[in-house]
Amino acid sequence: MTTTPILASLAVGQDIGSRSVDVTRTDLVKYAGASGDFNPIHWNEAFATGVGLPGVIAHGMFTMGAAVQLVTDWAGDPAAVVDFQTRFTKPVPVADTTGSPEPGAAIEVSGAIGALNAEAGTARVDLTVVSAGQKVLMKAQAVVRLV
Amino acid sequence: MTINPDLQGRSYPAAEVYDVGREKIREFARAVKATHPAHFDVDAAAALGHGDLVAPPTFAIIIAQRADAQLIEDPDSGIDFSRVVHADQRFIHHRPILAGDRLVAELHVDGVRAMGGGAMITTRSEIFGLTPDGTGEDSREPVATATSSILVRGEGQ
Repeated sequence: MTTTPILASLAVGQDIGSRSVDVTRTDLVKYAGASGDFNPIHWNEAFATGVGLPGVIAHGMFTMGAAVQLVTDWAGDPAAVVDFQTRFTKPVPVADTTGSPEPGAAIEVSGAIGALNAEAGTARVDLTVVSAGQKVLMKAQAVVRLV
Repeated sequence: MTINPDLQGRSYPAAEVYDVGREKIREFARAVKATHPAHFDVDAAAALGHGDLVAPPTFAIIIAQRADAQLIEDPDSGIDFSRVVHADQRFIHHRPILAGDRLVAELHVDGVRAMGGGAMITTRSEIFGLTPDGTGEDSREPVATATSSILVRGEGQ
């Protein structure tokens, strides 16, 4: 486990690290079950293309939920994330790679300190979330309470 | 189908209670590929000062989307679910969600804005934790505020 960051030692612009998340169609089915979001655009190719999508796409909430783990692990406590928001700008198409070890998509997440608030005891982490060379989340910001 | 402009300002009272279970927290954490031990191991959560497993930061979407369903499924709303796109989402945590919590959500429709042939609808779920107050009633404590905007695409959008 990481050590808890100290607010006073952080600087705006500082990198908090990065991670890559592989996504398969199975992951989307698991997320659908775990979250209760069974919209068929996330698991049925014919339905997805029928409504004008390039194919099955990841739940925006899957991407948002996977992206914040970078912040949680950095902060050392999931409860430290007191505010988390994003806009969903581009879909993440997930290719059907069932039966092969290849992922259907990869999501690259990196984070940097966007703002510090000594009075509130919080740091804002701005996340950059990219898949297939495109930013898929915008204004992805997590406010973390630190001591 | 057109979106009912009178939706703005409407609210839906807290409906069913959502009981937060440990296995649901673990399942949701695995589903978003979270590995922090506080989602999985009660002792690890206790070491951080939490009374039980801590839910991941986006867990409240389960409760918020159940509340949203009341609006989407309201025949009076004019919303066609197959044309809904999630535009943005925010969670403000007043305190962490823990296993054992009993939660309810009150839904408020904060904004309805026409966009092309469709509409952008902003909803806010105020999520409260229930605690028996000893008189057979429950006291309510604010737990999280989940705000989301959905774009309902118009014909040809």
